[in-house]
Amino acid sequence: MTWKKLLIPLASVPVILLLAYGFWTDPKAIPSPLIQKAAPDFRLADFEGKELSLAGLKGTPVVLNFWASWCYPACYEEAPLLESTWRKYKEQGLIMLGVDIQDKEPDAREFIKRFSFTFPNGPDPGSKVSIDYGVYGVPETFFIDRQGRIAYKHVGALSPVLVEEQVQALLKGR
Amino acid sequence: MISTLGHFVLFLGLGVSLYAMAAAVYGARAGREDWLASSRNAVLALLCLITAALFLLEYALITSDFSVLYVANNSTRGSLTRYKIAGLWGSLEGSLLLWAWLQALFSALVVAHHSDRHRSVLPYAQAVLLGITAFFLLVMTFAVNPFAALVPAPLDGRGLNPLLEVTDMLVHPLLLYLGYVGFSVPFAFAMAALITGHLSEEWLKITRHWTVVAWLFLTGGIFYGGWWSYRTLGWGGYWAWDPVENASFMPWLIATAFIHSVMIQERKRMLKVWNLLLVTLTFVLVIFGTFLTRSGILGSVHAFSDGPVGVLFLGFLALVLLFSLGLIAYRADRLKSHGEMDSIVSRESAFLLNNVLLVGICFTVLLGTVFPLLTEAIRGAKISVGTPYFNRVSVPLGLALLLLMGIGPLIAWGRASLNNLRRNFLAPAIVAVAGAALLFALGVRQAEALLVFLCGFFVIGTILFEFIMATRTRVRTTGESLLAAFAVLLLKSRRRYGGLIVHLGVVIAIIGIAMSSIYKVEREATLKPNERMEIGPYAIELKELNAGEQPTHVLVWATLTVFRDGKPLIELRPGQRFYPNQQTPFASVDARYGWDEDLYTILSTFERDGSSATIKALINPMIAWIWIGGCLIVLGVIVAVLPERRLALLALRVKAQVA
Amino acid sequence: MNRHARARNRAGVWATGFLATGLLGLACVLPGFARAAAPADLDDRVREIASELRCVVCQNLSVADSPSDLAKEMRNLVREMVQQGKSPKEIQDYFVSRYGEFVLLSPPKRGFNLLVWVLPFLAIGLGAGVIYLVVRRWTESSVAGRPPVDPAYAERVRRELEEREGR
Repeated sequence: MTWKKLLIPLASVPVILLLAYGFWTDPKAIPSPLIQKAAPDFRLADFEGKELSLAGLKGTPVVLNFWASWCYPACYEEAPLLESTWRKYKEQGLIMLGVDIQDKEPDAREFIKRFSFTFPNGPDPGSKVSIDYGVYGVPETFFIDRQGRIAYKHVGALSPVLVEEQVQALLKGR
Repeated sequence: MISTLGHFVLFLGLGVSLYAMAAAVYGARAGREDWLASSRNAVLALLCLITAALFLLEYALITSDFSVLYVANNSTRGSLTRYKIAGLWGSLEGSLLLWAWLQALFSALVVAHHSDRHRSVLPYAQAVLLGITAFFLLVMTFAVNPFAALVPAPLDGRGLNPLLEVTDMLVHPLLLYLGYVGFSVPFAFAMAALITGHLSEEWLKITRHWTVVAWLFLTGGIFYGGWWSYRTLGWGGYWAWDPVENASFMPWLIATAFIHSVMIQERKRMLKVWNLLLVTLTFVLVIFGTFLTRSGILGSVHAFSDGPVGVLFLGFLALVLLFSLGLIAYRADRLKSHGEMDSIVSRESAFLLNNVLLVGICFTVLLGTVFPLLTEAIRGAKISVGTPYFNRVSVPLGLALLLLMGIGPLIAWGRASLNNLRRNFLAPAIVAVAGAALLFALGVRQAEALLVFLCGFFVIGTILFEFIMATRTRVRTTGESLLAAFAVLLLKSRRRYGGLIVHLGVVIAIIGIAMSSIYKVEREATLKPNERMEIGPYAIELKELNAGEQPTHVLVWATLTVFRDGKPLIELRPGQRFYPNQQTPFASVDARYGWDEDLYTILSTFERDGSSATIKALINPMIAWIWIGGCLIVLGVIVAVLPERRLALLALRVKAQVA
Repeated sequence: MNRHARARNRAGVWATGFLATGLLGLACVLPGFARAAAPADLDDRVREIASELRCVVCQNLSVADSPSDLAKEMRNLVREMVQQGKSPKEIQDYFVSRYGEFVLLSPPKRGFNLLVWVLPFLAIGLGAGVIYLVVRRWTESSVAGRPPVDPAYAERVRRELEEREGR
């Protein structure tokens, strides 16, 4: 059989290789275009009635977490970690903010009470802030540095190791 | 107990299939009839074994034996029996068992039907079919076992996804699987022809019925899937160019190309290599489809995947590709035919163009489906290729194909004389142009709509003229009544007229698709009780919001009164179903389905206290014609494959009744 | 049958065919175009833009079609942006800046993406070209080896055969 004829079956090899490559990709992981860009500003009223906004926080590192009371189990898993991180680092100048998306107020308040959140949390009417941050599921957490840039975005429940690492990096940064 | 027994039966089945494969090949090569007979018996034994496994799993499902993991995952004690039965193909492991069973059944049918004739190719065809069955058994025995045990057995199962606990689930997957597995038979015979070197048209004749019937089931499955999706899923559409949907569409396109180009090979003994490639590609795309569904590499609503299965299927896909293409390359010299054609303007050319278009559309769908993966591999970026792309690219190609559908059946074989062209096409062309002009005058201005109607009228015209002229001629020459003449005509040239009915069905479906997408109207509004929204000629008023408990879920529904021209027309109740194990609710659609258009309503969101509800309403003009077209296609194929002897008797009986 | 009867018969067939096709066609069409005349209003414009955006929480549905909550909020946002006077491109760019290229359902026609837009038509054009060349070769080879036939005679034979078969 001449080499020309071998070409016919061999033509299928690149296709197979491409499909094999597919095993290394995760169709659900979408990279965010906001990394290393300025974090979009927002104005929200928190559950206590006070205003939350990013503009006045320049110079301080911010951890911005998107959650929902119906987000089970991930939000329930990371909630204690959020509160404990806040208590540990608030004296060192870290700001933690929570945004409750597509939720009902009684359920949200129940969630806050259950995990004894002491950091500010506010609802996101119309999901404007969520869309502004490219949120497509809950929970999602944004680590914003002192210059107001998004240093890192995490999708899914946080782990203690990850939070430590990111918060330390934020606090060390200029 | 069932776990161990079932797993053992599958393992035994794997052994038997491998034995049967080896025996068939050895018997053929050594010319040993006893080995061949043993292999044929082994095929029957294999069918018995897999049937036993199937019964075991069904028994476990029906008796709610939750010590079997699969039963616990796919049924609940409270499910209706028919959904427990359907749980067999509800997810991965069971669907593999169903596929393997169908594969074994078809292998047995092939052996039973052909054992007296086609002796030279049958053993190898058998071996190929057995090889495929063996692969599915291998995946089940060593990777994803449908009989895996669950210890300790829970009190109740998790149940089928509520979306699947509908009658449609009893139909759609079966139709598709019958189509998919059906295509393995022509493939097996093609491979056998290549292996033995008996490359005449024999393999085509043997498998023509298999191909057409498999095509019938696949077509039925695809249309049924669209109809199910439209009535149930709650987004108002029937096709989303989802990777798994595309995976069912691609083999359909190639099989259609094959059915047409086979007619050229039958008449002119040309295009041998091309036809082998087409039948191989059909089967390869079927395997590609099951790979996509079960590997999870492209996100899809239909995908169910589990670990090593994807790798196994990719390996099998590679094996099939290399094996079949290698064989074709090996025999390429023997396949060269003295190609001869009389003229470029002929039916042969029309069929060749048909093939180019169909393969082209298949290539487009394939490219669009894997392009995100390709982009990620080369650019590292994640992109989407969705409905707008597929529509934009396939519409012009589809229109060209539509036009060709009118020309093909009436242009002469060999050389089409000017006379022939004029006689067959002038009238339909005039009708088409007149019709399009009339529509333009009546207010239709969209270019796509006018083009679809121009080509559509042309095709309908050619088909109707053909029917009318042939019937009238027959009436003239035999004196039968109009109806009798038509019936006898259908029965005598069933392939031709069946084919024309299929084309008519396709045209009607295309008109339905075009009209329902071009002239679709959509409105979404938040209403308080007694408030109205307007859409087209309708006004929709929200009467009230209700909630109620059903046996398996909580149903929230809005009662809507639909007015047309000020008068109440109908009450619709779209709603949402909340299931205990599901995070998001499922839509419960309510619509007024009509011949001319559908008014479709969905409950988007609502306030818990019933103070307001967001209603989305759609008007889909002429969408019913898609389903009507689908039925016509099925009818046409049935006419085309009616068995010869029976139809001759039928023809005689019709004549006698009328005389 | 004599020539006049044949002509009348033919006219009858034409008329029947015309009528049948026309009626079938009109039956298809009348309700559909009734809606054709309505001009594009706000809802239509929103729908058009939303149908090019991907619903990020669903599989393969557009923001226009998706029944999910987030898609509904995105539709509302699109509506607001249209009312503010933003162009479709500006709205698309906004979503891309937040979600990445992934959110566009149709790959923008530039760079590497051109492949997916151009290849299909290229492939078909190539296929049609190959067919043309091959068919030409096949017709030439067949004509070459045949004795010439009197065309008038061939035509007469063909006509008689067709009449005999009743077409």
